[in-house]
Amino acid sequence: MTEDRTIKILQLYPREMNIYGDWGNVLVLKQRLKWYGYTPVVEEYNAGDVFPTDVDIIVGGGGQDSGQVVIQQDLQQLAPTLQGLAEDGLPMLVICGLYQLFGRFFKTHEGALIPGIGILDMETHGGDVRLIGNVHSVSEEFGEIHGYENHSGQTFLGPGVKPLAEIRKGEGNNTKDSTEGARYKNVVASYLHGSLLPKNPAIADFLIEKAAERKFGSFSPVPRSEQDLADLSKLSEMARQHAGQRPR
Amino acid sequence: MSSFSILVGKLVRSASKLRGGGSALPGLVVEKIDPDFIRRTLADLPLGVAVVSGTNGKTTTTKMVVELLESQGLKVFTNRTGSNFTRGVAAALLGEVNLRGHLDADIAVLELDEAHAVHFVKLIRPRYSLLLNVLRDQLDRFGEIDKTTRLLETIARATTETVVLNREDPRVAGIAESLNGQRAVYFGLDASLRSTFPNDDEMRGSLAEALAATQQADVVLERVSEADADFLIDGQVRTSGLKLRGVYNIFNAAAALAFARTIKGDDLDSDALFEALANVEPAFGRGESLTVNGQPLELVLVKNPSGFRLGLKSFAAHGYSTMIAINDNYADGRDMSWLWDVDFESLAEGGVDVVSGVRAYDMALRLKYDDVPVRTIEPDITDGLKRFIKDSPGVPMRIFCTYTAMLAVRRELSKITKVEVVS
Repeated sequence: MTEDRTIKILQLYPREMNIYGDWGNVLVLKQRLKWYGYTPVVEEYNAGDVFPTDVDIIVGGGGQDSGQVVIQQDLQQLAPTLQGLAEDGLPMLVICGLYQLFGRFFKTHEGALIPGIGILDMETHGGDVRLIGNVHSVSEEFGEIHGYENHSGQTFLGPGVKPLAEIRKGEGNNTKDSTEGARYKNVVASYLHGSLLPKNPAIADFLIEKAAERKFGSFSPVPRSEQDLADLSKLSEMARQHAGQRPR
Repeated sequence: MSSFSILVGKLVRSASKLRGGGSALPGLVVEKIDPDFIRRTLADLPLGVAVVSGTNGKTTTTKMVVELLESQGLKVFTNRTGSNFTRGVAAALLGEVNLRGHLDADIAVLELDEAHAVHFVKLIRPRYSLLLNVLRDQLDRFGEIDKTTRLLETIARATTETVVLNREDPRVAGIAESLNGQRAVYFGLDASLRSTFPNDDEMRGSLAEALAATQQADVVLERVSEADADFLIDGQVRTSGLKLRGVYNIFNAAAALAFARTIKGDDLDSDALFEALANVEPAFGRGESLTVNGQPLELVLVKNPSGFRLGLKSFAAHGYSTMIAINDNYADGRDMSWLWDVDFESLAEGGVDVVSGVRAYDMALRLKYDDVPVRTIEPDITDGLKRFIKDSPGVPMRIFCTYTAMLAVRRELSKITKVEVVS
C-alpha cells in the first residue's frame, strides 16, 4: 500500500472573493506540493456549502464590498469551526477582504459595524482614500515580501497578533504605522495581491511545511528535480527584483 | 460661434501633426479657450450623439458601428484615433468642422472611456448608448468593478432615447433596472456559446451562477467558426463572413449590429448592413495581421483576464510561434494579479518562444506554474522582438501584448514592415 501524501487545500468563498488573482495563491500551493512529492487536492467552500472535515490548508482572498456582504452571515456561522482550526495550528492564508473579516470588526466609512470572526486581534476602519500600488515590505520570518495593495479599509493590530512585515514602499495595514499584514499561530494575513505566493515562495513553503507537519508529523519533500526547483527560485527572485524596481 | 478658437485649434492640430505629437493636444487648447466647443458643435446633428462604452472592445466595436451606419448612407463623425477622452473628441472634431464651426455629419459615434464618459454625458446627453461589458480592467484606476458598473449606469441614465445592453454580462444587463425612461435593447449569445465567454464572476468555475438569459435580445450570436458567424435577428439566422478575428470581436459584432439597427430604425437595408460587416477590418492591435519575412505576424491586445482567456481560446497556438509582452505602465495597469486568473495550459504543448516587457519575469513565473516551457526571457521589447523573429523562420508568429507593449512592438515592426502608425 502506498503512503498517503494527500494535502487538501480549501479555497474559502472563491465565488465572491476571487477578484484579485487569488487563484494564483492556490495554484502555487498546489504545484509546489506536487513538486515536493505530495498529492494536492483543491476544494472550494462557498456560502451554504457543507464544510469539509479533513482540510490541511485554508486560503481566502479579496473581494468587493458587495461580496463581503454576501458571505457575511455564512462566515459568522463558520466562525467557531475556523477559530478551532486556527487555534489547532492549521495553516491559513487570508488576503485583503478575508484578512479584514478575520479580525474583530470592520467599521465602514459610513459608520456601520460589520463583525469579524475574531481569529486575529485587530480592527479595520473604512477610510476615505484607497491605498493602491506596489508594496515592498520586509519580514523577519520570510525576508522581503513583494506585492500589490488595493484597499480602503485601514487595519490596526492589537497585542494578540504580530505584524507580518514592515513596510519599505507603500502603505500596508494603514497610513499611520508601518506594519503590513498580521501573524498568529500558523495564520498568515496580508493586504498583498500580486498574487502573493508566486513571488514570495517562502510563505508558500511555510504553509506547506506546517500542513505536512500537522498531518504527517514531519515535512519530507521528494523533489521532482533539483534543477527544476533551482530554475524556479531563480525566476521568483528575478520577478521580485523587477517588481521591487517598479514605481508605486 | 467662436471661429477664433476653431482656427487656433486647427493651427495647433496641424502643428502638432508636423512634429508627430499626441492627438489630444489641440483638443486641450480648444478646451481651455472655448470650453463649450464640443457641446455646441454636436448639438445640431440630426441623429444626435451615440456613445460606445464598456471595459473591453470599445475601439473595434465603434469602428464596426461607424462602418455599419455608413453602409446605410449616413455621414458619421467619430473619434477614430482611439483618443477616447473628452479632449480627444475635441481634437477629432477640429479636424472635421469648417471654420464656422459646422460639422457636416448626420450622427456622432463616439468611443468613450468609462470614467471620462461620465463627465462627457453631463456636457452632452447622448441619444443612444451601447454598453459592452464590465470586465476587470485597470482596477487600480477605478478601485472596484462595481464602481465601473456605476459609471456605465450614469451613461445609461443620461441617455435620452435608447440604451443597448449586453444581456450576458450580469452587471451590464442589471443596468436596465436603474433606467429612468430609456428604452432597453439587448444583444446576446446563444446558450451553446455562453461558456466561451466567461464574465468575472464565473471566471473560476462557478458556471452555475451564470444568469439565465431571460430578456429577448435584438441580435443573438448563434455560432462562430474560423471564417464566418451566424446571427439570429427577427427570428431569422443570417450567416456573415468576417475579416475580424477572435470570438470576442465577433460578439461585439452582435453589439454593433444591435446598435446600428437601433439607430437606423425601420428603414434599414439589411443586405448592405451585412455586406459592410463582412468587410470590417480589425482595429490596430486587435487581432490585426502584418507580414514579416513573408510570414503572417498577428498582434493580439490583452489587458485583462477575460480578454487574455478569450485571446488564447480564439487563436489556436498550434503551428504558430508565440511571444508574450507584458508591461505595467499606467495605461496597462500596474497590478500584475490578473495574470494569475488566466489559464495558459493551451500553450503548454508548443511552449512560448519569447517572454518580454517590463514584467517579463512575472509572466515567465506565471507560465512556469502552468508547466508551459519558455525558451527566452528578454525584458527589453526591441531585443525580445528581434530574437522572436530570428527564431521563427518560416513559421507564422503571434504576439500577445498589453497596451504599451503593443505600441512598442508596433514601433519596432514599423522599421521592418508596413505598419499603420497611430500616434
